[in-house]
Amino acid sequence: MDLSIAALLAQDGITNGAIYALLALALVLVFTVTRVIFVAAGEFVAYGTLTLAALQLGKSPGTVGLLVGLALCAGAMECVAAARRRSARLLSRRLALYVAAPLTLAAVVHFAAPLQLPLPVQIVLAVASVTALGPLLYRVAYQPLAEASVLVLLIVSVAVHFVLLGLGLWFFGAEGSRTPAFTHASFRVGGVNISGQSLLVLLFSLLLIGALYLFFERTLYGKALRATALNRVGARLVGISPNLAGTLTFLLAALLGAFSGVLIGPITTVYYDSGFLVSLKGFVGAIIGGLASYPLAAAGSLLVGLLESFSSFWASAYKEVIVFTLIVPVLLWRSLTTQHEDDEHE
Amino acid sequence: MISTQRLLTALSFALALALSASAYGVVTVGVTLSATGPAASLGIPEKNTFELLGEPVVAGQKVHFIILDDKSDTTEAVKNTRKLISEDKVDVIIGSTVTPNSLAMRDVVAEAEVPMISMAASALIIAPIDPKTRWVFKTPQNDSLMADAIAVHMRAGGVRTMGFIGFNDAYGDSWLNEMRRSAQTAGIKIVAEEKYNRNDTSVTGQVLKLLAAQPDAILIAGSGTPAATPHKDLVARGYKGRIYQTHGVANADFLRVVGADGNGAFLPAGPLLVYEQLPESNPVKKSAAEYVTLYEAKYGAGSRTTFGGHAWDAYALLQRAIPEALKRAQPGTQAFRNALRDALENSHEVAASNGVFNITPGDHNGMDNRARVMVKIDNGKWLLTK
Repeated sequence: MDLSIAALLAQDGITNGAIYALLALALVLVFTVTRVIFVAAGEFVAYGTLTLAALQLGKSPGTVGLLVGLALCAGAMECVAAARRRSARLLSRRLALYVAAPLTLAAVVHFAAPLQLPLPVQIVLAVASVTALGPLLYRVAYQPLAEASVLVLLIVSVAVHFVLLGLGLWFFGAEGSRTPAFTHASFRVGGVNISGQSLLVLLFSLLLIGALYLFFERTLYGKALRATALNRVGARLVGISPNLAGTLTFLLAALLGAFSGVLIGPITTVYYDSGFLVSLKGFVGAIIGGLASYPLAAAGSLLVGLLESFSSFWASAYKEVIVFTLIVPVLLWRSLTTQHEDDEHE
Repeated sequence: MISTQRLLTALSFALALALSASAYGVVTVGVTLSATGPAASLGIPEKNTFELLGEPVVAGQKVHFIILDDKSDTTEAVKNTRKLISEDKVDVIIGSTVTPNSLAMRDVVAEAEVPMISMAASALIIAPIDPKTRWVFKTPQNDSLMADAIAVHMRAGGVRTMGFIGFNDAYGDSWLNEMRRSAQTAGIKIVAEEKYNRNDTSVTGQVLKLLAAQPDAILIAGSGTPAATPHKDLVARGYKGRIYQTHGVANADFLRVVGADGNGAFLPAGPLLVYEQLPESNPVKKSAAEYVTLYEAKYGAGSRTTFGGHAWDAYALLQRAIPEALKRAQPGTQAFRNALRDALENSHEVAASNGVFNITPGDHNGMDNRARVMVKIDNGKWLLTK
């Protein structure tokens, strides 16, 4: 192996690592705020790419149907909840949020699909429609059980994962898709070609991470989420609604997932079931950060990306084994060095 | 209350009678295929093909298909097979889509003495002939037939060294073994062997290693759109040699994903893929034309795949065997199943969509060189080459 091959592999590893990092952030975010292990994070990646690919072909993506279905479900649940409370207070506002907004979005995407709009507009539509699934999913699947144990929430997550996987096969078919490259530019630095696409992936990932940082540090909503993550009961006592925190978290996680999907689409072929493996690698990164630390999770994901890239060169048949074996020493190290806190006691 | 109960009893009796009456004169075919899971891109066109067939009539008998999905899972395939045999009392089993499932199903059908037609490729399913494989037939071409076609084509093009990149599973392993043998026979040296996974987001490492070995040609042993990943990467990194694909990529989605990077690549395929370009004298043309016309009328132009053809061919074999078996017994009996097995084993010159079958007691596939053509990818189209 010479230096140019090492440089190419490193470039590849960092590009993939940046995407794993986005997913690791989403996983850490969702876990700290809602205690949900978000198994379905990967489906948002696949939906992101495949929705964009469907728009590219001028077809109305299956995501639209799911959006309508979930919106109607959430609306019905809100009506039942209002009837139980015997008060229609807040109902109209919630219906606007959970039903009217997604339905409008679905209609826009559906009717914009055959128009073959320019790529940036299609990206916005695809990201918006997949992101909207996040809060709806939280409302329908998680909010009714928000107080349940981590294990119950994990089981719900697995169920959500399988439902989204099955729907993905139905919506997008068994074969994969690619989306067009954002740029074909490539730069030559010291004898090594660096593709503009991987630079863009890195740039967008850094931008997103920076935006998240600003959101958590500077805005009231971001601070509310951090407070909920630190202490759910305490946050409730000072008037932060856990439902709002959960909805917002899922919105952000879905946004991260959909965006990763759009970024990864031009680099590789994405299938309806691609997301799970991507999110699993993000999960390994998140575990390195103990499912709590954002910078460690991001660093861990980069490590996973690099390890994957170099092991595919040296021992392609054992690549996945090597990547997932990484989790064993990390868990050992973590369980030896960190004090165990029982999550169920509050 | 009592009268309702009586009514129910009477109704269920009537229903049982009706069922037993309709069971007479109906050949029941149990199908288990992989319509979901990793092999879905192969299983879905097969399922579509059976749905296309509906409930055809052969020699005055209705052929009734019971289609189950085994989710590309071996345990599920075995469960489906047991269910079809014990509950639905099927006369013949068709399935499954993939090799591991078909291998596991052999035990069940041999024990129950029900003939089975597999739609999976590996020669291991039907060879060697023993009391178990006696009951098993298969419609896809053996991998060795396709590997030979590639080796011969490479040799004719002056290729001396080749690289191999394939799925890290049974499909890739089987191809690697066959290709080692065929390449050796043709005097071609394999200088690099790499593996990748269907869902890999990047194959840069493997591709760089292949390029470092500088082979004259590279064979990608993958199926469907995942086979496009190394293909595009090879082209992007400036590989100038020949690229070969296997017949696993023969669908429109692969052409869509590989795009212009696919130009000039070669693959061996079942003749139905390019039936329009075959000469009129080709025995396969009629069946292929009939199948593709029906299929594309329902599922859209360009939707043909050779995998769906394997399902069509399984029916073509039955179409020929059922009248023979009827001479000896009535459907639904063990005697009929025995007769059907014997008739399948004597399939002589059955021209179907993917080739011509001459099944003998020693060869339960029975395909020859008429079951393969070399195809070149040319601007998003399949082009028959000589």
